Amino acid sequence: MSTDTPTKSQEAAAVPPPGTASPKKRAPQGHRRLLTRRDRLTLGLMAGLPTILHVALVWVTALASIALAFTTWNGIGFDSIQWVGLDNFKELFTNNPQFWPAVEHNVVWFVVLILIPTPLGLFLAVQLDKKIRFSRVYQTAFFLPVVVSMAVIGFVWQLVYNPDTGLINSLIGANEPGHYIDWIGDPDLNLWAILVAASWRHTGYMMILYLAGLKSVDPALREASALDGANEWQTFKNVIFPTLRPTNTVVLVVTIIEALRAFDLVFVFNKGAEGTELLSILVTNNIIGESSRIGYGSAIAVVLLVISLAVIIPYLVATFRKERRA
Amino acid sequence: MHDLSPSGLSRLAPSRRTLLRGMGGAAVLGAGVPLLSACGGSGTAADPKTVTVGSNASDAVPKKAFADIYAAFKTQSGITVDVNTKDHNTFQEQINSYLQGTPDDVFNWFAGYRMQFFAAKGLATAVDDVWQTIGGNFPEAMKALSKGEDGKYYFVPLYTYPWAIFYRKSVFRQNGYTVPTTWDQFVALCKQMQKDKLVPIAFGDKDAWPALGTFDQINFRANGYDFHVELMAGKASWTDAKVRKAFDLWAEILPYHQDGAVGRTWQDAAQTLVSKKAGMYLLGTFVGQQFTDAADREDLDFFAFPEIDPAYGQETVEAPTDGFMLSKAPKNKDGATKLLEYLGSPAAEEIYLKSDPNVVAASTKADTSSYSALQKKAYEMISGAKHLTQFMDRDSRPDFTSTVMQPALQKFIRDPKGIDSLLTSIERQKKTIFASS
Repeated sequence: MSTDTPTKSQEAAAVPPPGTASPKKRAPQGHRRLLTRRDRLTLGLMAGLPTILHVALVWVTALASIALAFTTWNGIGFDSIQWVGLDNFKELFTNNPQFWPAVEHNVVWFVVLILIPTPLGLFLAVQLDKKIRFSRVYQTAFFLPVVVSMAVIGFVWQLVYNPDTGLINSLIGANEPGHYIDWIGDPDLNLWAILVAASWRHTGYMMILYLAGLKSVDPALREASALDGANEWQTFKNVIFPTLRPTNTVVLVVTIIEALRAFDLVFVFNKGAEGTELLSILVTNNIIGESSRIGYGSAIAVVLLVISLAVIIPYLVATFRKERRA
Repeated sequence: MHDLSPSGLSRLAPSRRTLLRGMGGAAVLGAGVPLLSACGGSGTAADPKTVTVGSNASDAVPKKAFADIYAAFKTQSGITVDVNTKDHNTFQEQINSYLQGTPDDVFNWFAGYRMQFFAAKGLATAVDDVWQTIGGNFPEAMKALSKGEDGKYYFVPLYTYPWAIFYRKSVFRQNGYTVPTTWDQFVALCKQMQKDKLVPIAFGDKDAWPALGTFDQINFRANGYDFHVELMAGKASWTDAKVRKAFDLWAEILPYHQDGAVGRTWQDAAQTLVSKKAGMYLLGTFVGQQFTDAADREDLDFFAFPEIDPAYGQETVEAPTDGFMLSKAPKNKDGATKLLEYLGSPAAEEIYLKSDPNVVAASTKADTSSYSALQKKAYEMISGAKHLTQFMDRDSRPDFTSTVMQPALQKFIRDPKGIDSLLTSIERQKKTIFASS
């Protein structure tokens, strides 16, 4: 966090000069304001427009969906909105056979991402940081899945998993009647099958994050620990990894976000059939399309919002506290 | 990478660059808003020589077929048809907001509950005057399909296609199979096919709607058309013994269905029929799209789903029907009426069928001489039907079928033993959905 203060003070120092400089130039014309009209207009536009857009597109919509969560609405005319209190939530918690599995799958998604691709990404980053040959080639190869859109990843992997013509079943001969392995439809398998695809992508993402973190580790630290006689593992465990703390925070936040917003991959893969239900998919299925259960879908979205807040608020509190200390 | 550094994430003071970026974004969004609002309608003022049509015919074949119809209409009436084509699925998903905004004068839609729903919400205009002209072209069953709940006409049908069990004539000939007409014969045939190392019934339910079709067939064969209507309308209970019986019958033939159905698309399932690995396949006539080879196509045939209860025989045919509706406030009502009258004429249907050989005309007046053997059979099946149904997701509330029935039937296919709790859950969810307006 120490890097913060210099940046800010630099900016603070950089802003006044243009402001004070221009009135001086214009002073003979009679303007004695700190900022010219044009400056103020420009600033007003620059600050105002994004504010209006932010409020309209983020806050108003978020609050509207919270309000809609307590109503039932088919999306046709505003007069068809009916207040139903907590009915949507009651229905969701007690009657919807897909809701609790969806919550569970979002959690599983996060746990798997943090347990498998994250350490793997760190491992790859450490290897690539050793200045081995063709490092750039490996970096590109591992990072490539991150560049590809999730929808494309979903499409590619459902071809791999296709029960009849897919790569896996063809290789192991499981595409004959009686031997089918239904990677896409079997609820005991499909979540794991998709998580392989998700991890495949996430590993590259984590690798790049850690690689950036490792590049900023002071080489003097390595030298010092080498002089103290620490072997490679000890150096990593006791010296390098602790200095990666800021990166770890980012990794944690990014992974939580990935787990909560997981949608496109699964939607393309099997539209969230049994075994792969996710909150985001339930929201979409209920709101978008002809079904238009807007109130009910909003209730699911609110649950997703509450979960996100439960994760993000402690993080923000911790960050602010640290900043204040600094 | 700058934004990913720890200081980047917690940075509070916006730099000038982010402000500028925001401005750029705002400009892009600002430019986007008028574009979005322009998507709704064509925006042309009432021009007596132009009718606008909102079309979901985004595939090449139907798009060309409709263009031919509109060209013929122009030479006949002098009215230009301005078509606004959208992707088929997108059109369907946006239908609510589309009809509430500034819809085109005439739009493509489906018969059945899905049509009645928008008619009841006042989002469509009744077309009784059109039917005074075209009424004689259609059989009674089609007339019933085109009416709203208030008894007025809201729909002009163009084409239809039946759901049936498809098979390859050569496979049946080689193995000496005969077409089953009763449930017992059907089950016996399934057993025989399994002995002959065939997959008796090809099946793919990855898209979640094909299973709705299987349930429909078993349900109206076992419980009759009236019960189907009551069940779809949310009046009959899903915990009714009749529903349970339909599922028991389904569970009886489920072992003869292709394995791993939930992971397979209908196209892949159809390919097993094409490659003669499967003996039968229950689907709509659009299965013919997968038979690209002319000889294979010749070999394709179908039969009606076998009788279960003699009281109902094979009197009901599931025949989804596509056609046109008139939007709530058409800009050129006279022109739109003329267009609908033309679309309800045998001439328009004949033009359409020339390009799309997988469907048949909704009108009984259309010329059937150019039909393929398969089309002729489909036509006979539909015109001989006592009752026509649409399809579960067209006969019932789309919110119920898509959020409750589709996942429920996928679950049943995988685990038929859990049927009791499944039906209780369906009924509970149904009550909430049908209670809301």
